[in-house]
Amino acid sequence: MLNSGDTAWMLISTALVILMTIPGVAMFYSGLTKRENVLNTIFLSFVSFGVVSLLWFLFGYGLIFGGDISGIIGTQISSISLTALNSASEYAPTIPGGLFAIFQMTFAAITVALISGAVVERIRFSSWIIFIPLWFTFVYVPVAHWVWGGGFLQNLGVYDFAGGIVVHLTSGIAALALALVIGPRHDQKLMPHHLGYSVIGTGLLWFGWFGFNAGSALSAGNLATDAMIVTNTSAAAGMLGWMLMDRIKTGKPTLLGALSGAVAGLASITPAAGFVDIGASILIGFLAAMLCYLAVSWLKPLLGYDDALDVFGIHGVSGVIGTIGVGLFAIPALNPALTGGGLITGSTALLTSQVIGVVTVIIYTFTVTYILASLLKKWRGLRVEREDEIQGLDINLHEETGYRLT
Amino acid sequence: MKKITAIIRREKLEDVKDALELVGIHGMTVSDVRGRGQQMGIRESYRGMDYCVDLIPKVQVEVVVDSEDLEKVIETVTENARTGDIGDGKIFVTDVLDVVRIRTGERGKKAI
Repeated sequence: MLNSGDTAWMLISTALVILMTIPGVAMFYSGLTKRENVLNTIFLSFVSFGVVSLLWFLFGYGLIFGGDISGIIGTQISSISLTALNSASEYAPTIPGGLFAIFQMTFAAITVALISGAVVERIRFSSWIIFIPLWFTFVYVPVAHWVWGGGFLQNLGVYDFAGGIVVHLTSGIAALALALVIGPRHDQKLMPHHLGYSVIGTGLLWFGWFGFNAGSALSAGNLATDAMIVTNTSAAAGMLGWMLMDRIKTGKPTLLGALSGAVAGLASITPAAGFVDIGASILIGFLAAMLCYLAVSWLKPLLGYDDALDVFGIHGVSGVIGTIGVGLFAIPALNPALTGGGLITGSTALLTSQVIGVVTVIIYTFTVTYILASLLKKWRGLRVEREDEIQGLDINLHEETGYRLT
Repeated sequence: MKKITAIIRREKLEDVKDALELVGIHGMTVSDVRGRGQQMGIRESYRGMDYCVDLIPKVQVEVVVDSEDLEKVIETVTENARTGDIGDGKIFVTDVLDVVRIRTGERGKKAI
């Protein structure tokens, strides 16, 4: 039975999540790159949204949420008929089926856009456009089916409220694999050309995340409200956690640190938003920020990969923390969908299934992304010419310039 | 005639401009420049990684004056651009062979 309140909230949530990619991620990322690459960086997010929007209704939605073959993939190839989409989905019986479909589409779109942060300032635009459908088809679609669409991980008892595994872990791990295949930039300094853009981008992300997480309740009620509250507290704790690390390491809090911590807090609470209490959300956000800080400032230079905007260091690590956090802190009283609680309720079963979920998806995502990227590299090249990279991509790939200040 | 090229802190530009105005010097060319002196840059930190920025943004003020105004201009710029800290900048003085006002074709002192 359709509910107009739920429908209204989900329409708004869908719009909020769209805002997270364009302009949220686009602005956040563009402020962090060199001025000669500001447009290209925005464009990578923008075009991801466009390509995924089409793929989603051509086959993505049906293969994730329609039917099931052995827990691996859905059965419904096409989901292009509006008449078919009008009937409510079993996943969200109180809203139109099409609304559930487009809400889920926004998750796929932002996941792909997030990956671009690892390879900005050097990836060929045309290769990126080819990478999107390949990665969407062979990584996002199966993983989303496994976790959300009745696949084997869901059957195993893996819980991912709003995409800690499906969105943040996959994008983070894919970012690492892609960064390893494409190689480091000639100039690896992260010297943001316009932190103001990143402030606006983060603001839009934080704002949109209420649609992302509270919308994942798929209804307008207590669960959505709970998710909204813990989303906010986790973001706040993440911001303060990163500031504390900054203070310890350099003696001064930085704005980019605060933004990064907030994003870590938001990403880490994503899988847990509908399952944990406020105290747990603070712990998750705080811990995620501190571990992301270490991943970015210690692990990255130690291993030498060039994840330009720290997609692995922030989204990948946060995805793991939050997903494990579900296994530690989930409370069945908050969400009837839970069949058992986390470690704090005295049970280890949920923690075990969460760890299995994380490990499985890390191995699968890394392997398949690495293979896809390597094939693409061999076939047509992933990287721009050396001169184009040094001069900047805006002029050389798009014949446009971000700033004409005279 | 002399050209005074003063490289100063950005935030001191308004003070220097106003002070020059008071001593009767109106014409000037101002450019944004980057450079370094003895201090060799400043430290910036992004996501826990330290970077040394060794070319620091400054403002370059160029003024062409009659030779007899030279000391007055140097004194004015020095007084108004100084904070006493590292990075206050430098003044260079060069000879100017001639000046031409494009609109009228006037030359020399009259064209300044």
